[in-house]
Amino acid sequence: MNFQTLKQLSELAETRNCSLGRLMLEEQSRESGEESGRVFAQMYDYYQIMKDAVHQGIHSDTTSRSGLTGGDARRMHGYRAAGETLLGGHAALAMTYALAVSEVNASMGRIIATPTAGSCGIIPGVLISSQERFGWSDEEMVYGLFASGAIGYVIANNSFISGAEGGCQAEVGSAIGMAAGALVDIRGGTPAQAIHAVGLALKNTLGLICDPVAGLVEIPCIVRNGFGAITALAAADMALAGVRSVIPSDEVVQVMLEVGSAMPESLRETAGGGLAQTPTGRRITRELHQNA
Amino acid sequence: MRFKDVFSIIGPAMVGPSSSHTAGAARIGRTARLLFGECPARAVIWLYGSFAATYRGHGTDTALVGGLLGMATDDPRLPDAFAHAEAAGMAVSISPGKGLYPHPNTAELQLSSADGSRALQLTGTSIGGGNVEIVRINGFSLKLSASYPTLTIRHRDETGVIAVVTGLLGSVGINIAHMSVDRRSRRGDAMMVLECDAVPDPDTLEAISALPAVQELRVLAV
Repeated sequence: MNFQTLKQLSELAETRNCSLGRLMLEEQSRESGEESGRVFAQMYDYYQIMKDAVHQGIHSDTTSRSGLTGGDARRMHGYRAAGETLLGGHAALAMTYALAVSEVNASMGRIIATPTAGSCGIIPGVLISSQERFGWSDEEMVYGLFASGAIGYVIANNSFISGAEGGCQAEVGSAIGMAAGALVDIRGGTPAQAIHAVGLALKNTLGLICDPVAGLVEIPCIVRNGFGAITALAAADMALAGVRSVIPSDEVVQVMLEVGSAMPESLRETAGGGLAQTPTGRRITRELHQNA
Repeated sequence: MRFKDVFSIIGPAMVGPSSSHTAGAARIGRTARLLFGECPARAVIWLYGSFAATYRGHGTDTALVGGLLGMATDDPRLPDAFAHAEAAGMAVSISPGKGLYPHPNTAELQLSSADGSRALQLTGTSIGGGNVEIVRINGFSLKLSASYPTLTIRHRDETGVIAVVTGLLGSVGINIAHMSVDRRSRRGDAMMVLECDAVPDPDTLEAISALPAVQELRVLAV
């Protein structure tokens, strides 16, 4: 790829006078040696799988193997249909869809890792709900996925995207930044605004630990995907309004690396601390092992 | 670059619940299977770090076994891989490993054939988002991402053998993206891993296999 930092990414898009999504499609085509039509088609397929997961999460039983989670997206869906939500309809829909995809993942359904399975609800949640709201075409949404991929590529290679390496900030945090930047890109913001959205979003999840109860991608992962969708919308709105990340986004990525490296192993996807080791977390773990 | 392209970030399509502990584990298993070249009769697996702590809930063991059976990350049979292993006659044992490990998500696999004549020992790490790095093959320290068409070549450590192999690839227009080499001793057993931008044609592969210093060539088409 011809960019290694978010600054380079935004400058390259400005030089070529194109969106982050179109830039990434070009770059991926060059990198893989495949014609852009084939590269686009693969991402298009991924977007359809994301839509299927949203549908499945809302309309079918998503009880996980452990029995701990499932049905929260349906609860939100019903609640939203019954009256005005505090968040407002559109944001509540993004949250509902994010929960839906995360629950499909937890019940061993088919999803797309974005960038990981633990954070797979956020990007489909905000993109698919925004598509329904604004009437965007599938093609525009696929460019949005390329934009989010460009942002994630920089974060992953300069910091990390796995909870075991850097905590939840690396998974859910990265996904929020990627979703926020992509939304700005699709909505017609400038590349610089999209990159500001990334920094604004990442700052809000710095330090978030990975502490899954019984080591399962369920508690608290699923609700964090729901919250993540809301944060992504908020960061995108701030950036589109002209709010800037005063600490440049690339520096925020470095902070994520610093904070994640300093995190004790017990808080990096080992279920050795945090929510996993609360009295209730320990009781759930014990009961699951007894029934296994 | 640890993460190679857009599809290492958006993707893979996979069966949940964890990209590193399920999809990455399946990829490590599948890479081991491709390097071994057949369904092993016996697989002994050691898990380290977060893999050892949380493998049950993530289905890491199931995914490794599914990978050893050749399943891809989104194969709907993955959740039932143990039953499929039994049907295929593959005996599996899984236990936590002891000692140092290179990454929080590490698996070590020892595969053998029914008569014990063939064996493979491999250490794989799952670095996030379903991406993997194989870091050790039969005692050689190497790097293999399993995201490119890859040649693994066991050979004698001889002057010029790497140049001849890469020359053969270059002469037919095959570009090498990444390579790593290691040896047990000077003039002793050695291994090279070449991650390429395309799979070489059969004639070229045959020409490499026929080199006097080359003992075994394997091709991983991804």
